[in-house]
Amino acid sequence: MLANLINGISLGSVYAIIALGYTMVYGIAKMLNFAHGDVIMVGGYVAFCSISYLGWPPILAVLASVVVCTILGIVIEGLAYKPLRNATSLAVLITAIGVSYFLQNAALLIWTSNTKVFPNVFANLPAIQLGGTQIAPVTVITVLANIVIMIALTLFTSRTKMGKAMRAVSEDKGAATLMGINVNRTISMTFAIGSGLAAIAGVLLCSAYPTLMPTTGAMPGIKAFTAAVFGGIGSIPGAMLGGVLLGVIEIFGKAYVSTQLSDAIVFAVLIIVLLVKPTGLLGHKIREKV
Amino acid sequence: MGTMLRVEDLHVYYGSIHAIKGVSFEVNEGEIVTLIGANGAGKSTTLNTVGGLLKARSGKISFMEKDLHGIGADKVVAQGMALCPEGRRVFQHMTVLENLEMGAYTRPSSEVADSLEKVYQLFPRLKERYRQVAGTLSGGEQQMLAMGRALMSKPKLMMLDEPSMGLAPILVKQIFSIIEDMNKQGTTILLVEQNAQMALSVANRAYVLETGRITTSGDAKELAESEEIKKAYLGG
Ligand SMILES: Nc1ncnc2c1ncn2[C@@H]1O[C@H](COP(=O)(O)OP(=O)(O)OP(=O)(O)O)[C@@H](O)[C@H]1O
Ligand SMILES: [Mg+2]
Repeated sequence: MLANLINGISLGSVYAIIALGYTMVYGIAKMLNFAHGDVIMVGGYVAFCSISYLGWPPILAVLASVVVCTILGIVIEGLAYKPLRNATSLAVLITAIGVSYFLQNAALLIWTSNTKVFPNVFANLPAIQLGGTQIAPVTVITVLANIVIMIALTLFTSRTKMGKAMRAVSEDKGAATLMGINVNRTISMTFAIGSGLAAIAGVLLCSAYPTLMPTTGAMPGIKAFTAAVFGGIGSIPGAMLGGVLLGVIEIFGKAYVSTQLSDAIVFAVLIIVLLVKPTGLLGHKIREKV
Repeated sequence: MGTMLRVEDLHVYYGSIHAIKGVSFEVNEGEIVTLIGANGAGKSTTLNTVGGLLKARSGKISFMEKDLHGIGADKVVAQGMALCPEGRRVFQHMTVLENLEMGAYTRPSSEVADSLEKVYQLFPRLKERYRQVAGTLSGGEQQMLAMGRALMSKPKLMMLDEPSMGLAPILVKQIFSIIEDMNKQGTTILLVEQNAQMALSVANRAYVLETGRITTSGDAKELAESEEIKKAYLGG
């Protein structure tokens, strides 16, 4: 029971970190970046190569992965989405799916379809005993990483000039422009942050479930998207809550109901939540005055 | 007194709709100039184009002797132009203080406190409510916030699009007296209004816009007396 709960929170923390990327990008660019999950996969491969081929220490590998994904995020936004700023949301959605396939197939070319076994990054850390349950170091680190990221992002958006500008752009691009905010640069920055987080999520995910292939990011991407909607898309605490709840529901579903049905349970819960509260758990919509 | 803003033969389209058909006007340093006209005449379109939110098909806009062509809207703010747009457009989910801080986005942080103090002097109500989320302010308070926010960039030219819209008469008076105050403190004003009478009473000069063209222009007081204007815009 406790072990399941901890596993659920850990898996949910990975979802939460991915969901943050979805939610921030959605908040600011009003688009669902379906390629986000595949950035996780790229992050996983970069870390894998840094450790297994180049023999880099894990910390450096994570850093490399974050740098590559951040740049990848900026490039994707600049090449694929920026030209579509005034296009219909359907066009943007189709493009995002296209980018997703492009990344998966590029990975297929570079790394082939053979499953790579992700090295144990946290091998030299001890496991923790809690009331007779052993907690793997990766679990602890995942949960801690989630908490740190959450706090950092909250401070960033509420205290810094850049963070506040992001919120301004997400509310009203025209008004933000009138403040002298460079909207394009702000959107680009958001993709950079989201993709950097995706890299971290990729390393954590591959550490917990050490198989890596070009489609590795797809399912967690969809789950994290679900988590973002579940918590209230556009909301940072919502992404966190949605992610963790989703992870716990999934693990409990697997443990107590059925392994095959666990995903169905996850999506059923989502549907129920959205029926009762269409904006998600923490999504808000305040009355607008004109 | 130099010319602060000069607009020459401006043409603006929405797709195939020709909304502004060759508008020219100028605003001199220290003036209050008003642009009046009926609904749909193209007042907001003109202001938004000058402010950089819309792109002109042709024509020239120069501000402080500098051609604004190809200069990003976000850069224009730093040069001293502020637009307080129609419908206020304050950031609903941000606090009053955060909204004002966004207004000062282009300015060094060392100068923000000073401007904040000045804005609070003009709008004491904003100071009382600085932690309140803007979306929960009343319409009048939101208008004050929108004006205060625009002032935070310390503009040389302030463009206001229907600041009196939806406000009670007493508040309209207050807003107009604040506009005059801002002007006395050295800000040049370009004012768009439905409330032509009020606008003409505070303005030095006025332009009348009709379906995308300027039909009349001149001294504000003289226009206020003209029979034609009275009939069309002042309700008799
Ligand atoms: N986004 C748009 N798409 C198409 N046409 C538009 C758009 N915005 C404005 N127009 C048209 O351009 C013309 C000028 O509109 P504008 O908003 O500038 O008028 P206005 O003088 O500000 O009117 P009001 O006093 O009602 O605010 C109108 O005919 C309007 O229908
Ligand atoms: Mg208008």
